Amino acid sequence: MNWWQRLWHRKQMDERLDKELDFHLHQRELDLIAQGHSPEEAHRLARIEFGAPEQVKDECREARGTLWLEDLLRDFRYAARTLARQPGFLAVALLTLALGTGATTVMFTVINGVLLKPLSYPDPHRLLVLHEQTDWSTHWGNQWGFSRLNFLDCNRNIHSLALAAWSFGGGTVSGPGKAEYADGREISASLFSVLGVSMAQGRAFLPEEDQPGATPVAIVSYSFWQRHYGNSPLEHAAPLLYDGRSFTVVGVTPPSFRLMDTELDILTPLGQDTRPIMQTRNFHGIRVVGRLSAGATLAQSQTELAMIARPLAQQFPDSNKGRTFVAEALHPNVGDVSSTLWLLLGAVSLVLLIACVNIASLMLARAISRERDFAMRMALGASRFRLIRQCLAESLALGLAGGMLGVMLAAMGFRPFITFWPGELPRAYEIQLDWHVLVFALAVSLFSSLLFGLAPALRAPVRNLEQALRAGARTLPGASRRMHSGFIVAEISLAVVLLVSAGVLGRTLLRLSSLQPGFDYHKVLVSRAALSPATLADPARTRAAWQDVLDRARRLPGVQAVAIVDTVPMRDGNNQIGYWTTPVQPSQDKMPLVLATSVTPDYQRVMGLSLLKGRFFTDADRIGNESVMVIDDVMAQKVFPGENPIGKHVWIDLGADPRRVVGVVGHVRHWGLASDDQSNVRSQLYYPFAQVPDDLVRRWSELMSVAVRTDIDPLNIVEPLGKEIRGAANDQVLYEVHTMEQLMGSTLALQRFLLLLFGIFAGLALLLACIGIYGVLAYLTNQRVPEIGVRMALGASARSVMWMMLRQSVVMILAGIALGTTASFAANQALKRLVPGVQSTEPLTLLLMLLVLLLAALLASYFPARRASRVDPMLALRQD
Amino acid sequence: MPPKSDLPQGTLDVLILKVVALGPVHGYAIAQRLQQVSRDVVQVPQGSLYPALHRLENRGLLKADWKDTDTGREAKFYSLTRKGRKHLEAETADWQRLTEAIALILGLSEKGLAEGGAE
Repeated sequence: MNWWQRLWHRKQMDERLDKELDFHLHQRELDLIAQGHSPEEAHRLARIEFGAPEQVKDECREARGTLWLEDLLRDFRYAARTLARQPGFLAVALLTLALGTGATTVMFTVINGVLLKPLSYPDPHRLLVLHEQTDWSTHWGNQWGFSRLNFLDCNRNIHSLALAAWSFGGGTVSGPGKAEYADGREISASLFSVLGVSMAQGRAFLPEEDQPGATPVAIVSYSFWQRHYGNSPLEHAAPLLYDGRSFTVVGVTPPSFRLMDTELDILTPLGQDTRPIMQTRNFHGIRVVGRLSAGATLAQSQTELAMIARPLAQQFPDSNKGRTFVAEALHPNVGDVSSTLWLLLGAVSLVLLIACVNIASLMLARAISRERDFAMRMALGASRFRLIRQCLAESLALGLAGGMLGVMLAAMGFRPFITFWPGELPRAYEIQLDWHVLVFALAVSLFSSLLFGLAPALRAPVRNLEQALRAGARTLPGASRRMHSGFIVAEISLAVVLLVSAGVLGRTLLRLSSLQPGFDYHKVLVSRAALSPATLADPARTRAAWQDVLDRARRLPGVQAVAIVDTVPMRDGNNQIGYWTTPVQPSQDKMPLVLATSVTPDYQRVMGLSLLKGRFFTDADRIGNESVMVIDDVMAQKVFPGENPIGKHVWIDLGADPRRVVGVVGHVRHWGLASDDQSNVRSQLYYPFAQVPDDLVRRWSELMSVAVRTDIDPLNIVEPLGKEIRGAANDQVLYEVHTMEQLMGSTLALQRFLLLLFGIFAGLALLLACIGIYGVLAYLTNQRVPEIGVRMALGASARSVMWMMLRQSVVMILAGIALGTTASFAANQALKRLVPGVQSTEPLTLLLMLLVLLLAALLASYFPARRASRVDPMLALRQD
Repeated sequence: MPPKSDLPQGTLDVLILKVVALGPVHGYAIAQRLQQVSRDVVQVPQGSLYPALHRLENRGLLKADWKDTDTGREAKFYSLTRKGRKHLEAETADWQRLTEAIALILGLSEKGLAEGGAE
């Protein structure tokens, strides 16, 4: 029998033990009778020889090794019975705990999925990411992507790593099926073997396909396959028309496949890319990952990479001087959500803490009213340890039950949380309730049980037995009154922290919403547009194609103005380039940066930019005529303080000629309403798309968007616009369609989301704190009924009694406010660092929030105080 | 009655195993047998036999079955498991080595001890 069976069958085992011992005594009696003793004598002697039967039985039970468990079970059963006797207390405590642990568990579930889980490739700990590293650095640091030739050299010479590479791609799919823009990458043939991913259908690229001039082949994602091929078998698939070329599809990735957490439509071999930038060591656009070979370590691979880099630096000083290669562990890239997530976990932990303090004070009140009961049990021989264990079992039972409910709440709550997340939560697909989360929830429950169970448990052993037995149940020692006050102070100060934080966020949102974006966001549609791949080969044709798009869009009913633009304010993507104002070009790391936007002349009208000086562009500003630019007032003040910028020349890192400033426009909050003030690069300049050099037109064209000002709802223009610009080959498409209003709203989404959550948390905290204050004061009042009776009998008025009770709570509330205000300044520092746009707490916000708390707390204490003032002295004195 | 001595720690277990090794036997018989073979020199309080039996059963050295006795009453019969037999052999060997060593030391004359110490 194992211990579990022994535990389970303990009743049966006890019966057997009785039977065994009975048999012994019976046999002994028979023997003694046979030796000539009388039956009575035999009965007596047998028992004397045997010793105390209960002691023997106890020792036998102990020999089973399950006694402690039996005791524990008994403690838990007793605890459950005691708790069930007060259903009101039980319900409040369970609900509070379930909410507290539930909210904390939801936050941890999200953090676990987004931040803590490793990448979902096999054996992710052996995956590395590689960078080129320079001994000089610029605004972007000193780590870069690989150039293709450097990657090939590394790949050829390294033994401790298997390497794979990819570079960014994407383009228009013209067939089969409906034309669309597809996100893509060019990958090395080794990528799937390095990541450890196998195809859902077909195969990965072969090494010979990863060469210039090889047959064009492609791998597509599972969802792309379904969209364009309808799940038909791979063998008879129609050729894929992508980026103006025809590809044979050789493989389909599994549905869950993501490259660095990005879902991609089309993968093509990197080696077939023969563009000049792939044949130099100066273009650093290639990402490289590696998997450690069996037995190799990170340190070995780093040494090896450094050894490969050294001769290259000597051989190719122009590109590789001061350049080495480094490797580090590959981690999921989740951007800046981690600070938000930790912030929220911190906030819910405060709520949980308040919940625990609340329950602790309730438990303490119960423990005190059970003091006589405990004293009685001690007098009857229960050990102190036994009583402490009993109390702890009670809080454990409560904590675990609350935790279980909390996990259930969390299981229901984390999906809505992800849905409400502003924008897209990275790695959201990784979030699920797994054993990490369960362990966390268990730990939280145990911790909170300890937190609220310790104070009452340590009180349990009654110090002065005789006094406790003799005293009435209604006397209250000063120590526990102080502890109760401590609980209230703690609760209030925690609530203050949350309330003030919510207030600060609300104030921030109000302030940010009133900021001017710098453009007129009403009725503007922006959408990326992909030209027909056929037009991209020749710059003149490309320019003509864009002009055609502009002309067609302008003719649509409801359209006021149309422009083509590369980067759009408040959307992902920007072009930061260096500029200088004297003919000598400074070195890269000394060059100031500016946000450069290439536009067509109507852009100012579409966006409603305010023209402060000079003019915006005209159709005459094109190649062949003088190079011009328009700057914003921020750049004007920075570069030409106190001067008229019109007519000045500025060089930008784009073509050799200086550009003449022809106009000044108002600043646009490119980085979003909240973040623009703090961003590093605020200066802005505009230059005509028509003056982009011929050799760059293709690259620019892959990035351009159409911006349309309408006099109807801009979303109604999407469909006619899409139809109108499809082009002769029916393969020009719009993608990533937004209105400027949507883009602007999204820049405050994070602040709005945080305000909503902090508002909820602060509300919960306030409610819990009020329940706590009410509970404790009601209890204290109850304890003091005889005292109040005496006071009233001696002539105290109802008013003065009420004031006495209120004064007691006001002192606690004020202490809590003082403590909480101090703590809220620390919380404000954290908010300032983590949330863009948050400023220091303004006195008005602070006062307002404290007032809310004070009123609520006073209301909560008013009711018990009023009850105290209505005590009937006669009844009170007759009690006990 | 001859003078009685307490059992050294841990020896009760070995004695029980030795008695049970002779064949399935119930608790009362074990008590009787212990008393007989030790010629009443070792006195086992009869009650303390049972915790020892349960402990040995728990450790898997003994197994127990309920069977009818000659008198028709049902009793718990203990027998040795394989593990118990091995344990008994090991303990017996240990015990013998220990007693021989003690006997050797006690058998030496004081002179012999002194010489041994002078070497």
